[in-house]
Amino acid sequence: MAQLDSKTPSGPLADKWRKYKTEIKLVNPANKRKYKIIVVGAGLAGSSASATLAELGYQVETFVFHDSPRRAHSIAAQGGINAAKNYQNDGDSVHRLFYDTLKGGDYRAREANVHRLAEVSVNIIDQCVAQGVPFAREYGGLLANRSFGGAQVSRTFYARGQTGQQLLLGAYSALSKMVGQGAVKLHVNSEMLDLVVIGGQAKGIIVRDLVTGEITRHAADAVILATGGYGNVFNLSTYARGSNATAIWRAYKRGACFANPCYTQIHPTCIPVSGDYQSKLTLMSESLRNDGRIWVPKKKEDCDKAPGDIPEDARDYYLERIYPSFGNLAPRDVASRAAKRACDDGRGVGPGKLGVYLDFADAIKRLGEPAVRERYGNLFDIYHEITNENAYKTPMRIYPAVHYTMGGLWVNYDLMSNVPGLFVLGEANFSDHGANRLGASALMQGLADGYFVVPYTIGNYLADIKPGTRPSVDAPEFQAAEKNIKDMTARLLNAKGKAPVNEFHKRLGKLMWDYCGMARTKEGLEKALVEIPKLREEFWADVNVPGSGATLNQALERAGRLADFFELGELMCRDALTREESCGGHFREEYQHPDGECKRDDEKFAHVAAWEFQGAGTTPLRNVEPLNYEFTKMSVRSYK
Amino acid sequence: MVAEKTSTKNISVTLRVWRQAGPNTTGHFVDYPAKDLNPNMSFLEMLDVVNDELERKGEDPVAFAHDCREGICGTCSLVINGKPHGPNKAIASCQTYMRSFKDGETIVVEPFRAKPFPVVKDLITDRSAFDKIQQAGGFISVRTGAPCDANAIPITKEVADLAMDAAQCIGCGACVAACKNASAMLFVSAKVSQLGLLPQGQPERDTRVLNMVATMDSLGFGNCTNQYECSAACPKTVSHDFIARLNRDYLKASFRSSFRPVSAAAGGGA
Ligand SMILES: Cc1cc2nc3c(=O)[nH]c(=O)nc-3n(C[C@H](O)[C@H](O)[C@H](O)COP(=O)(O)OP(=O)(O)OC[C@H]3O[C@@H](n4cnc5c(N)ncnc54)[C@H](O)[C@@H]3O)c2cc1C
Ligand code: FES
Repeated sequence: MAQLDSKTPSGPLADKWRKYKTEIKLVNPANKRKYKIIVVGAGLAGSSASATLAELGYQVETFVFHDSPRRAHSIAAQGGINAAKNYQNDGDSVHRLFYDTLKGGDYRAREANVHRLAEVSVNIIDQCVAQGVPFAREYGGLLANRSFGGAQVSRTFYARGQTGQQLLLGAYSALSKMVGQGAVKLHVNSEMLDLVVIGGQAKGIIVRDLVTGEITRHAADAVILATGGYGNVFNLSTYARGSNATAIWRAYKRGACFANPCYTQIHPTCIPVSGDYQSKLTLMSESLRNDGRIWVPKKKEDCDKAPGDIPEDARDYYLERIYPSFGNLAPRDVASRAAKRACDDGRGVGPGKLGVYLDFADAIKRLGEPAVRERYGNLFDIYHEITNENAYKTPMRIYPAVHYTMGGLWVNYDLMSNVPGLFVLGEANFSDHGANRLGASALMQGLADGYFVVPYTIGNYLADIKPGTRPSVDAPEFQAAEKNIKDMTARLLNAKGKAPVNEFHKRLGKLMWDYCGMARTKEGLEKALVEIPKLREEFWADVNVPGSGATLNQALERAGRLADFFELGELMCRDALTREESCGGHFREEYQHPDGECKRDDEKFAHVAAWEFQGAGTTPLRNVEPLNYEFTKMSVRSYK
Repeated sequence: MVAEKTSTKNISVTLRVWRQAGPNTTGHFVDYPAKDLNPNMSFLEMLDVVNDELERKGEDPVAFAHDCREGICGTCSLVINGKPHGPNKAIASCQTYMRSFKDGETIVVEPFRAKPFPVVKDLITDRSAFDKIQQAGGFISVRTGAPCDANAIPITKEVADLAMDAAQCIGCGACVAACKNASAMLFVSAKVSQLGLLPQGQPERDTRVLNMVATMDSLGFGNCTNQYECSAACPKTVSHDFIARLNRDYLKASFRSSFRPVSAAAGGGA
């Protein structure tokens, strides 16, 4: 049974982080360069961590499967990043950001972590502006803000609809500087395929060079995973096609606990599916909900009419109707389920009737088309490219899609997993968003973890490791891990079956969406737990991965990642089945209030479920970390 | 810019694809039929379908670079019918849809062609030269945690917007592929302009432009001869006006650097 001590510092909530920083052990500057830290991933979390740790003087080696750090999936974030600056003087504060985030997560996150996140949020904006991130500004020259779902203040900083791009390029520039100086050794096209644990501590990784196929071993004093989320288990999602769970999944199989895997976020505003060839779903930033109004026809009979032919009084602006105080800015999980209910009710619009309208007619009337174009022009362009429709003239059609995974590897307050020496940052960990993430808070968390948290906390770990004790890559554990990877590669290549990898991914995605998607039931999850292993066996027997392992082989890359998704998908269903309550993004049909809202069970489930691998074919162990709410009252989340 | 709804009839095309096993082998074109395609399918989804068929038969799928599939990561990099990123303006390859092609058409698909971007396999090229240029100076040196409050230095909206226009570059390399000289001036000018416009970027303004241009030259990129094919191919419509700005900055910096101690031009400190 894993030891899950959150190591939350004692004392008043607002003092914990300051107190922690003054009390932790430090590594002296001359010793820092003796430690090698491996960072896997260079999205917001990995780039910011790599750059900062190198600045501090550690030897850093950074690995990405992409051909450049600038391609990480963080680049795609559109809407913005939260920070408690209160520049708008609208009553924001660290405490309010903390409270909104905790409540938004439906009281399933750790208070102390969330508070720290809110505290450092202000430093992030300072850092990014100093790096040259061109955030939107007001005419007076000060930074502009917008509001995002789940908040009643304007605290979101943005750079047009390309905030993630600009933040990532900022972090990438900091990383590039350190690479140029030789302080970070960067490995591109390098996919981590296994974690090496020696004497119970994370000491290295096994990597495949995606261009040459070469498998190499890398030793370090600590390993950081910042490898992003696992939403592609659903096949169709807003993630980049390459996003995958391999790094965290293989770490799980080496002993790191996987926390709350079933907590996935379905984003309410995505472009609906158009056909079975579909490879990804495109997000229309939630910021659109600031000015767009969501509606469906009141009557089923109207669904096939052109939207313009449906008069005002025949429209149901259901979010404004049901949630008058938050309206179109209700949190994501709430807005997604409301859209699903409208479509289940037969009132969906567009092909397949899986869509609702997001209408800008009022905003255009109020602000004028140029102002709307200024705010959202690039999103309207994307919408046009994909659907060939002009959203200035006719409402957009949107539908919920898989967008973010709140679950991830379990970490303590230091962002260290239960495997000492293994740190996990950004979307790859489970730490700050509870059961539902509010908009604009993932970018905040990624940069908080990388710039402002792990540079302190990793020192606290390394101070106890004797410099110069890094193992050799000839250690038997490295050899065994390398063999494990080579065997798996051979198995995939030798299956020589009849079906392409994508076909299995589509089938897995459909099972996950149907049974572990927006609404889950005991019956459905039990069915998925039978179907997924069957499909997995079929995959291993019947997949066809052409070519060899000794060259660039994209089918092999996809196959390896999918193999992990099969196992992870099963764990997600198991987690969803055992969490007999509804909270945030996890909605069990059996547990709802009469009005269809989530019914939490704080008596039984105010805890983190952290799953521990017990070997292939054995049911994993469900460990529990209780969540103690010392400073806030766990109330029923209401956005009405 | 906003077209009318096109026909929803499925189309069939022939793909003439560049196949090249590795950097040191010679490549050649191979034809593949792609049948019964929904016009709302993206170009990359069409390639997925073709590849699925190849994999089903145990044949090597066509290697192509892609990731976000929404025009922002800069990974996709196809030359379609002779044009980097295909027939439409202001989009990346991944944002090209089959509705842009005619039934029965033969579509030629090649990798970006430029000496500094060697072919890795099929349609994938090595664009790491761009990272090297960034590492030479594409940054503002700022130690984590050191900066002042973000609103301490107001920046006019005009300047911030112009900096953002430059900052939009997705680093795909279409500008290089479109240029007969394989010049990287548009790419370099975008970063130099973004950082040079902002007050925060002033201290390193000269060293930045000198180092980035020197690295660009050393990596084998050619010179700009003002044809502006680069901005025409740019998926983010980064303007070639930034190249003029780069030239001005470079001249000023070269002039000033001759009065400076050598060490100042050697890049950021440790
Ligand atoms: C379309 C979209 C829009 C979004 N908009 C917003 C928004 O407006 N605001 C907000 O706060 N959040 C937003 N998010 C969420 C947010 O973008 C992500 O949660 C966040 O960027 C994740 O950052 P990360 O650093 O954890 O991981 P990523 O950016 O996903 O980076 C992962 C890195 O790990 C590397 N990697 C992964 N596996 C391996 C491996 N096995 N070996 C080697 N390298 C590996 C990759 O190469 C990459 O460098 C959005 C997400 C999407 C999908
Ligand atoms: S795949 Fe990301 S820009 Fe085309």
